[in-house]
Amino acid sequence: MPEASRVDSFCLSDFDQSVGNHLENAVELNGNPVHNLLKVSSQTISPGPVHLGTSDRLPTSVDKGQFTYLEDRLSLLAQKLRSTNQVIIPSCDTENQEWSAMADGSPRTDISTDADTDDKNQRFDGGQSLAIGGSDSSDRSKDKTDQKTLRRLAQNREAARKSRLRKKAYVQQLESSRLKLTQLEQELQRARQQGIFISSSGDQAHSMSGNGAMAFDVEYARWLEEQNRQINELRAAVNSHASDTELRMIIDGVLAHYDEIFRLKGIAAKADVFHLLSGMWKTPAERCFLWLGGFRSSELLKLLVNQLEPLTEQQLVGITNLQQSSQQAEDALSQGMEALQQSLSVTLSSGSLGSSGSSGNVANYMGQMAMAMGKLGTLEGFIRQADNLRQQTLQQMHRILTTRQSARALLAIHDYFSRLRALSSLWLARPRD
Amino acid sequence: MDRVKDLASKKAAVIFTKSSCCMCHSITQLFYELGASPAVHELDNDPYGRQMEWALRSLGCNPSVPAVFIGGKFVGSSKDVISLHVDGSLKQMLMDAKAIWF
Repeated sequence: MPEASRVDSFCLSDFDQSVGNHLENAVELNGNPVHNLLKVSSQTISPGPVHLGTSDRLPTSVDKGQFTYLEDRLSLLAQKLRSTNQVIIPSCDTENQEWSAMADGSPRTDISTDADTDDKNQRFDGGQSLAIGGSDSSDRSKDKTDQKTLRRLAQNREAARKSRLRKKAYVQQLESSRLKLTQLEQELQRARQQGIFISSSGDQAHSMSGNGAMAFDVEYARWLEEQNRQINELRAAVNSHASDTELRMIIDGVLAHYDEIFRLKGIAAKADVFHLLSGMWKTPAERCFLWLGGFRSSELLKLLVNQLEPLTEQQLVGITNLQQSSQQAEDALSQGMEALQQSLSVTLSSGSLGSSGSSGNVANYMGQMAMAMGKLGTLEGFIRQADNLRQQTLQQMHRILTTRQSARALLAIHDYFSRLRALSSLWLARPRD
Repeated sequence: MDRVKDLASKKAAVIFTKSSCCMCHSITQLFYELGASPAVHELDNDPYGRQMEWALRSLGCNPSVPAVFIGGKFVGSSKDVISLHVDGSLKQMLMDAKAIWF
């Protein structure tokens, strides 16, 4: 063991061979000699259960007596080393504080009385006398000092032991907290990807202060829940062949609920337009089809046409026209967005790119930024009109279709997005290499 | 206001815009897509631009641009145009004003 041999060369010159054997057999040591001292001393065998971290290895066959003995020798050696400035004691260690306390509490003469203490120690095997620094025989006759020393050593041992146990418990607590924190962070990250906000401190749902994005995510999650409930009600009504009147009531509720999400998106667009545009409030698969912060009405209608049959001639014309109109409006809005992007690029790249600054250039820069800011401000308008388009398309569809067809259409739309969301969940949970 | 009304009556489809307004670009593109050839007046390039903008606002147009007139009559801003297009009314209006024929 290279580590042990390092300990051998540095520390064990003051010990005789028996102590060296104890050290080698008893504990796993790392490279830092002082750390080794501290570590060996921490292998206290207490009457109760042993509190060991995973990094400590302790042969269970070593008995209490041997370790207490080792502790004493090592504590005194540490004092000696510190007093002779042969080693730098690491800071920020409660154990070291204990060490310091012990060092400060015991006068230098303790070192020389060590052998005496050991002689009086009944737990020690074999009663071997050991030398530290060679000055161990001068004070055998002073009983009072011996008793004081015994008591002090015992107290120190006890204090050190308690300190070590406290430290161990604290460190374990920190470790488990850290682990839990990492787990929670991962959970949060996963949930955010799915566009669900998990409130970390109380209920922020009703306050728009702080973070508009988070507030919207909360509202959206709630909106989805309510929509699921309404759709289930609608599905039950359709399956049970409810009357048109009853269906109409539920459908009106569903449409009003759609109005609600567009209203919420309007508020969110004011607070954080980029959050809406990013689609981070939606699940990954939904984000794939993202257009101006939401779904494409024209695509939705294309999907629905097949499922809505039979349609009358008039209805078919109506739906086809609707699809075409929404497509045209979408194209128009997309072109406007492209123009905005181009305009923004031109604004930011005009003037003197890359040249050194002068007062004129600074004014230019400020002017450019101001203009760019103005352009960014118009993004909200685009999202607003995109949502307007979605809302109008849904309402027009409802006008063209019969009550029962509308019900089926709303169910189909919900099912489609549900499947996209389910796909997202599967995707996020997929096994990876 | 007079100038606005005057310009609006000169063609079947008239759109008041600003050169920097990208939403105006969208609405104008929509009209082209429908086959209409609207007269486009940029307020920021008109000497009476400011008064015209004020006049448009007083008509209830918010934001003031794009402001759409069909057959001399005020139709609305982008929101109104999109809504009317979705329910088919826009096309009908354009046909009635002879801005388009199909």
